[in-house]
Amino acid sequence: MSDTYDIDLSDDHEGEPLGPLSLPLDDWHRARGGRMVDFAGYWMPVQFEGIIAEHLWTRTSAGFFDVSHMGQLYVSGEGVEAALEAVLPIDLATLPVGGVRYSLLLNDQGGILDDLMVTRWSTGFYLVVNGATKWDDIAHLREFLPDEVTLNHLEDSALFALQGPKAAEALEGLISGEQSLSSLSFMRGAAFKLGEIEAWISRSGYTGEDGFEISVPAENAAEIADLVCAQPQVKPIGLGARDSLRLEAGLPLYGHDMTDSVDPVSADLLFGINKRRRTEGGFPGADTILPLITNGAPTRRVGLLIEGRMAAREGAMVLLGDTEIGTVTSGGFSPSLERPIAMAFVATEHAAPGTSLSIDVRGRKLAATVAPMPFVPHCYYRKGAA
Amino acid sequence: MTRYFTKDHEWIAVEGSEATVGITHYAQSQLGDITFVEVPAIHATVGKGDSASVVDSVKAASDVYAPVSGTVTAVNAALEDQPELVNSEAEGEGWLWKMTLSDPAELAGLMDEAAYQTFVAEL
Repeated sequence: MSDTYDIDLSDDHEGEPLGPLSLPLDDWHRARGGRMVDFAGYWMPVQFEGIIAEHLWTRTSAGFFDVSHMGQLYVSGEGVEAALEAVLPIDLATLPVGGVRYSLLLNDQGGILDDLMVTRWSTGFYLVVNGATKWDDIAHLREFLPDEVTLNHLEDSALFALQGPKAAEALEGLISGEQSLSSLSFMRGAAFKLGEIEAWISRSGYTGEDGFEISVPAENAAEIADLVCAQPQVKPIGLGARDSLRLEAGLPLYGHDMTDSVDPVSADLLFGINKRRRTEGGFPGADTILPLITNGAPTRRVGLLIEGRMAAREGAMVLLGDTEIGTVTSGGFSPSLERPIAMAFVATEHAAPGTSLSIDVRGRKLAATVAPMPFVPHCYYRKGAA
Repeated sequence: MTRYFTKDHEWIAVEGSEATVGITHYAQSQLGDITFVEVPAIHATVGKGDSASVVDSVKAASDVYAPVSGTVTAVNAALEDQPELVNSEAEGEGWLWKMTLSDPAELAGLMDEAAYQTFVAEL
């Protein structure tokens, strides 16, 4: 057998002379049979019992993910709000304390340097950025934020996600705080005690399920992981299922479905540019992006449902008849739908749901249909709607 | 019947000039959940080391190389509906194809079970 054609779990990380680094739960994962791979410069578990089983467990119960490779940043100081609005297309005036919002770090050409989550804390802003890009992000932010604004890299914090329909039930009995877990709706966060440990918990995630992202001191990481995984609803889940879950949820992966040469309109990430900023501009790349918002972009990120069982993966050519009209950026087998699915960038005129296309996989043409995303419905917890 | 192994983690069980080919238990454990198997065409001629089949797992697609040269005589039709047989029965019911050998002398370059187990233990 060959080495794999592609294993798009490995993010690009150039110029790192050292081998992978270990995260706080390294021993914990190994002791539970996690198969460790080098991901974004860290040893991380790609799977425990198997990707399909872990995926389906998360969709029906609750999965515990270690995402401590991600960058946790804290930005504060005089004028922090205006300073962040100068580097991000976000509207902070509409973000309350405890509110979480998806945003984009853009270059001057309108390309996406990273996607991130921004939370307003009472004293400043808490940012979570991708692991593979965090060093570049920090350098970029330090360059463009004024001297009065301080950026702290919270390297002493671990980050976990607990995702799935039983995530709230599993976490409920473990936490105490000024507010109840049920008062926390999607994209809101608050400080809690998890066991005896101070934790910042937000109702957010990367699977399409209800769930939480949990920041705790790194020194308590194993204790928290033990506590959460002792709940009967919870099993540890590796990066493999994290990838298949986010693909089904239609959520793009940085470095694959968006890069520094892809704009947010093509990437279908306009929700990362808040309404006021779409008219006012004043963020990096606005000169390129605002006309694209008005006039449309020539290519668009779409979902593809693929006939048969053979998966199409990153780099595969998308065809209309014999004409190349796009490229697959993520693809794989959907454990929930039991069929291959993919994300691709295609010419906008062929991006309408229902359009019949094909994908060239090793010389074989697979029939594919443009499908709305998410492929599997989101099940977010929205107070009042729940 | 004699079973041989390659360093690319294929097995080949030979009886006279007929053989059955699959991937090893170790290979399936490394690939994880197998979701699709592309088998060769019956009557296809394969050369030693040619990519004859592709095994798709949730993670990635991997080539399966012909351990020796010959002609494909049968493929495992059960894999069409149950590709997971390659996970559960890699060295049995999860076989990929059968072939006739055009040059049995090529078998001399392969490992026996003991040698393969030693090889895997050192990976």
